Parts: sequence; C-alpha cells; structure tokens
Amino acid sequence: MTSEEPRRNLRPLSLHVPEPRFRPGDPVDFADFDRGRAGAVPRPDPDVSPEAIREVAYSLVRVLDDEGQAVGPWNPRLAPERLIGMLRHMALTRAYDDRMYRAQRQGKTSFYMKSTGEEATSVAAAYALDRDDMCFPSYRQQGLLIARDWPLVDMMNQVYSNRGDRLKGRQMPIMYSARAAGFFSISGNLATQYPQAVGWAMASASKGDTRIAAAWCGEGSTAEGDFHSALTFASVYRAPVVLNVINNQWAISSFSGFAGAEATTFAARAIGYGIAGLRVDGNDALAVHAATEWAADRARDGHGPTLIEHFTYRAEGHSTSDDPSKYRSAEERSKWPLGDPIARLKQHLITIGAWDEERQAAMDREVAEEVRAAAKEAEQNGILGEGLHFPFSTMFEDVFEEMPWHLEEQLGEMTEEWKASGR
Amino acid sequence: MNMIQAINSALDIKMGVDPDIVVMGEDVGFFGGVFKATEGLQKKYGKTRVFDTPITECGIIGVAVGMAAYGLRPVPEIQFADYIYPALDQIVSEAARLRYRSAGEFTAPITVRSPFGGGIFGGQTHSQSPEGIFTHVSGIKTVIPSTPYDAKGLLISAIEDNDPVIFFEPKRIYNGPFDGHHDRPVTPWARHPASAVPTGHYRIPLGQAAIVRPGEDVTILTYGTMVHVVAAAVAEKGLDAEIIDLRTLVPLDMATIEASVKKTGRCMVVHEATKTSGFGAELSALVQEHCFHHLEAPVRRVTGWDTPYPHSLEWAYYPGPVRLSLALDKIMQD
Repeated sequence: MTSEEPRRNLRPLSLHVPEPRFRPGDPVDFADFDRGRAGAVPRPDPDVSPEAIREVAYSLVRVLDDEGQAVGPWNPRLAPERLIGMLRHMALTRAYDDRMYRAQRQGKTSFYMKSTGEEATSVAAAYALDRDDMCFPSYRQQGLLIARDWPLVDMMNQVYSNRGDRLKGRQMPIMYSARAAGFFSISGNLATQYPQAVGWAMASASKGDTRIAAAWCGEGSTAEGDFHSALTFASVYRAPVVLNVINNQWAISSFSGFAGAEATTFAARAIGYGIAGLRVDGNDALAVHAATEWAADRARDGHGPTLIEHFTYRAEGHSTSDDPSKYRSAEERSKWPLGDPIARLKQHLITIGAWDEERQAAMDREVAEEVRAAAKEAEQNGILGEGLHFPFSTMFEDVFEEMPWHLEEQLGEMTEEWKASGR
Repeated sequence: MNMIQAINSALDIKMGVDPDIVVMGEDVGFFGGVFKATEGLQKKYGKTRVFDTPITECGIIGVAVGMAAYGLRPVPEIQFADYIYPALDQIVSEAARLRYRSAGEFTAPITVRSPFGGGIFGGQTHSQSPEGIFTHVSGIKTVIPSTPYDAKGLLISAIEDNDPVIFFEPKRIYNGPFDGHHDRPVTPWARHPASAVPTGHYRIPLGQAAIVRPGEDVTILTYGTMVHVVAAAVAEKGLDAEIIDLRTLVPLDMATIEASVKKTGRCMVVHEATKTSGFGAELSALVQEHCFHHLEAPVRRVTGWDTPYPHSLEWAYYPGPVRLSLALDKIMQD
C-alpha cells in the first residue's frame, strides 16, 4: 500500500531489480569484460593471511594466455602426461554428458543435467586433490567421478534407475553417491552439502587425520543460508576445507545478479569471514588446478579454509527440463570471453608440442567409443520404465537401519496392491 | 538425580567409552549449557569433543551430518525446540534421508537434544512442542522422556542408535515432576522413585512404551510432562485409568497401545502441542484403525489450543487439571 502523501520533500525511493545484459535475440558484446592478463595475479604463499590477499578475490587468476602458453606464478608446471590425462577426462565428461542428454531425449530416463563448459572446474580440481579427500559436490560435478575413474556404467545405471543402480532407483538421475570414490551423496536441496563438508573437515581435524574436504555449489546457491553458516563454521574452527563456488553466470533463468554479483565477486564473500578467497578463470584447467592445489596445501598445513570462485559459463540449459533460449541470448556461449576449457587445454598442449590434431581426433573417437560401450552395457540392466527395476519391497528398506512395524505393515499393503494390479 | 543430571550422566557415560561421540551446540562447552545439561563435559573430554558453536542451527545440524558422514556420532544440542526450525532443512532433507538416498553408503547417527514444552512462562518461543513436525518425517526417530531414569536410559539408546534421533527434553520437569497445579510449590525429583538413576550404563529400548499406571476404565496415551499431569488428574478423579507413557513416538509401541485399548474400550490422547495435525491425530487414527470394534466411545484428544503459545495466558492455554477432568468425565459418559 502506498502512502497518500509524500513525506516532507523527499524523492520517492525506487527498487532496484537486477537485469541481465543480454536477453533472447540481443547481440552480445563482452568487449568491456576485463579478463585481466594471464599470469598477472601474484601467487602468495599458501600460509598467507586472508586479509593480505584481498585483491586476489577481485582479480582473475589465469595461467593460459591467448596463444596457449602457460604463464605467470600460478602455472602449476604439470607434466604433459598429466595434462593429457586431464584433457582426456574432460573430453570423457563431455562425451558422457552428450550421450546421457540424448538418452533422456530418447525417453530412456526422466532427467539429465550436463556440465558442458564447466568440465575444468571439477576435473582439474580432482587432479589437485588427493584421491581420499572427501568431495561434497552439487549436481554438476560429474567430472569429479570421471576424473577419479569411477566406472561410467555405474553412473549410467544410476541415471537409468535400472537394476544395476546401487541407489536402487530411489534418487533422480545424476544424484550419484560413491563413497569409495570420495564422492558424497548428492541431495536435491541446494547448499546443504556446504556445512556438511565443513563438518567432515572438522571431524578429520579433530581426529588428527590428514584428509581434507572439498565442497562445490553454484553461485545461485551462495544465497542460501547454509552457505553463510558453512563459511562461519569453516572460519571459526579453521576447518581444512576447500569451498568452491562455480559461478557459471546462471541459476536456471536467473543471472548471477540475483545472487549478488552486481555488487561484488563471490570470492570476495570470503573476506568478511576471514577466509582466503581466490577468483579463478574456471575455463582455464591450469588455473583451476593451481588454485585447488594452493587451497589444499593451505588446508593440509593447518591454515584453514579457502573459498575459490570459478568464473565460468553454463554453456547449455540448466537441465533437460530447461530451455535457455527463453531467457538469455544464444550468442553468449560463442562470445564467452574465457572460451571453452577443453579447447584451451588442447591448444596449450599443441603449443608446447605435446599434442596434435590427429591425437585429439583419436582421443575424441576413443572417449565416444568408451561412452557408447558403457551405455550399451548399462542398458542391459534396463532403462527407466522398461524391464525389471528393483523389487518394490526395497522401497521400504534403508529408511531406518531396521524396518519398524509401520513400514512392515505398509510393505504388506503394497504386496496386496502389487498382486491386485496383476504384476 | 534430576533429569538434567541424568542427561549429563548419559552423555558422560557414552563419551567415556566412545571416542567418536562429540557434543556441540550454543553455550554447551565451557559454560555447560543454559540448562547445565553438559556441565563438566568439556573439562573432562576436551574442547575438540565438547565445543561451543556459532548461533546457527542450520550450521549446527549440517556440520553434525558431515561429521557423521566422516564416522563420528555427534550429539548436537538445539537450545530450545522453538529454535530448531532453521535446522529443519538439514534434519528433514539430509539427516532423515541420507541412509535411504545413498542406499546405506552414508548414514547420520546423530542425536539432536533439545529442551521442549511449556509451563514455564516461556511465551511463544520458549514453550513449543514441535514433535508432530518430526514424527511426520520418514527416517527419523522421535523420543521424549518423562523421568530422570527414562531420560538417561533413552538418551543412551538414542546415541547408540544408528538412525538420527530427535530427543526432546521436557524442560518443565528438568528439576521435578509437574502435576499441572502451577499454583502449588514444585516437588523436586528426589521424592519421586524415578529419580533413582544408576550411575553406570543402562538402556531403555527405543520404541517401547511404559505403562505408568495400569487400569481398566480408559487408556490415556501421553508423553513428556503431561505424563505427570495426567497421573495427578486421574488420581484426583479416583479413576481406574491405564496411563501409557509412549516415550518413543517413532517408532511407536503400537502393541502396548492396542492391548490396552482393547482391554479398556476407551482411549484419550493428551499432549501439550497444538491440536490440529498434532501427534494426537496420528494416535487417534491408529487406535481407530486397530481397535475399532473394541471402542465404546470416540477417541478424545486433550491438547494445547490451536494458537501460538501465549505468555500471560499460559495456564489458560495449558492442558491442565480442569481440562483433563472435564474430558475424563465426558469420555466416561460417552
């Protein structure tokens, strides 16, 4: 309700509602986007005090320049074989995404989410962590599992909810859980994994363990209260945790301005908590690796948590249920000033003479074949809605460690229903 | 022991034998808790096992879930049940579903302790009984003791249980049983037989009710503070009622309830929480389903009113002796 008469002689207030720069049909021009120069951001020692590196939270750590050279103090100086491994895992992640996206379109499953354009933020990060460090991912870090060589068939079984699904068809596709791969059970509820990762890290520290935790969330999810509580806990107890924010510019249809990006960076959120904050070119696999390694060293040496903002772009729709052409310009993807993570790493390897187009083409064929073979194997276990899935009785298991009487009773009712339905 | 001492003893005993148990919450460390339930534990077990937390309930439970995923057995405290709501997402979406959604890969054996219930002029945000919110959630157990003896035995069982447990402590009876006569002096636990609490380890199994008073005329299902209020009202009436203290709401001891109602033919449900969609509705429905042909009267609910918990009108809100007396008259005449 507006007031009838203005108070005194004051100008009426106005409410600012953020608006993205480009809507469907708009020409896209990132000319004024300041990428910074590759190699320009200094690399402090990992034991630095958070307040001493404030500017890194407002810069962009970049290693790969436009010619594909690795430059500057953040260059992780990885052996070419390791870089080729990273490239392959990123290509495999993309091929996997493409295949499963198609599988959803073919009606083989209900839902899928690609990570196209963001492969470096999980694959390169996984390469910088130890295999037994615990990851608390969101739903767009399938690259972690793939980088840890988790079987594609197992992932596909989950997506198909078939009889090979270790989660027994209980979870929506892509909500993987792989304890043996250090990959925490994915939840649909955003940012809940953030304080959980901090708790895991606190537990590791309290037990005198040497393992650290890492968490991922999107920039949209940083608006959740759990993000704040996680950073508070991480700071208070100096938890050995790496907190990753994947700023891919879009939270479904909301651009990052609705998470606060117009006012500041997401890495800068760390500063107020007394946490080290790094802002990194998320499409630069070397920069992602270097930042993650820095943060992991910092955590392992007892200097506490780090928040890393990975500045990237969600190249595809949010999910198979989403049509990005309804809210953003189709040109954004091709004009994205930080390019494509796979293309950039490939160019680097070619530039240093460790790779060529022929080997790239062979690798692309290989990963496609690997995915195809895995899909074939997984589909033998059934696809959603066809063939046998888990028996319905398993629906009542694992609610509790032991089934209480009321679930036994409901299982009995379900058995009757099953018989009555002629199945 | 009073109930606080019994709870403290349960924590002490479990922490002494299981190095994976950690106690965490607002003011629980150095200070020993605003109700003193964790007094002395930090001194005895150290700051990494008993520690103060920032004031963020979603953080406390979220961190506890992460610690449990690591392999610890956290016993987080929420200072008042009225303040558990910021943690609801972590309890409902995470702790309760973790075992199910990961097919047992990850579990959350956490015990959330929280003082609850009214009768202390706590007003709107220090008096609530939100158990019905939790009994509605698949995957968590809800436990409410009514005596020091039960509090210790149930808390030990809750901590040893591999499922997440919400453990509500009726703060009105921390120091002594309450018969509903707020105008009379409080009796300390010392004069109650259930204050004789063994100093060592013992368990009261979850999912088992206790028959507080055997009787033939009517079955009264209740828990927490209301166990004592009901017992006093029944004694004052001279009624041969069978009073059942449920102790665990989920999983519920349906066998004891069913046997009792089939014997008495009448059933009354009593709780402090508001009526609509309260746990009493579930109990009433279950009794109706399981004991329909034995019922001689409609199942009756005596509860708090469907209003926020008022401050000055506390004793008009509270289901006390007069409300109980009228309801008992009615159910016996039905």
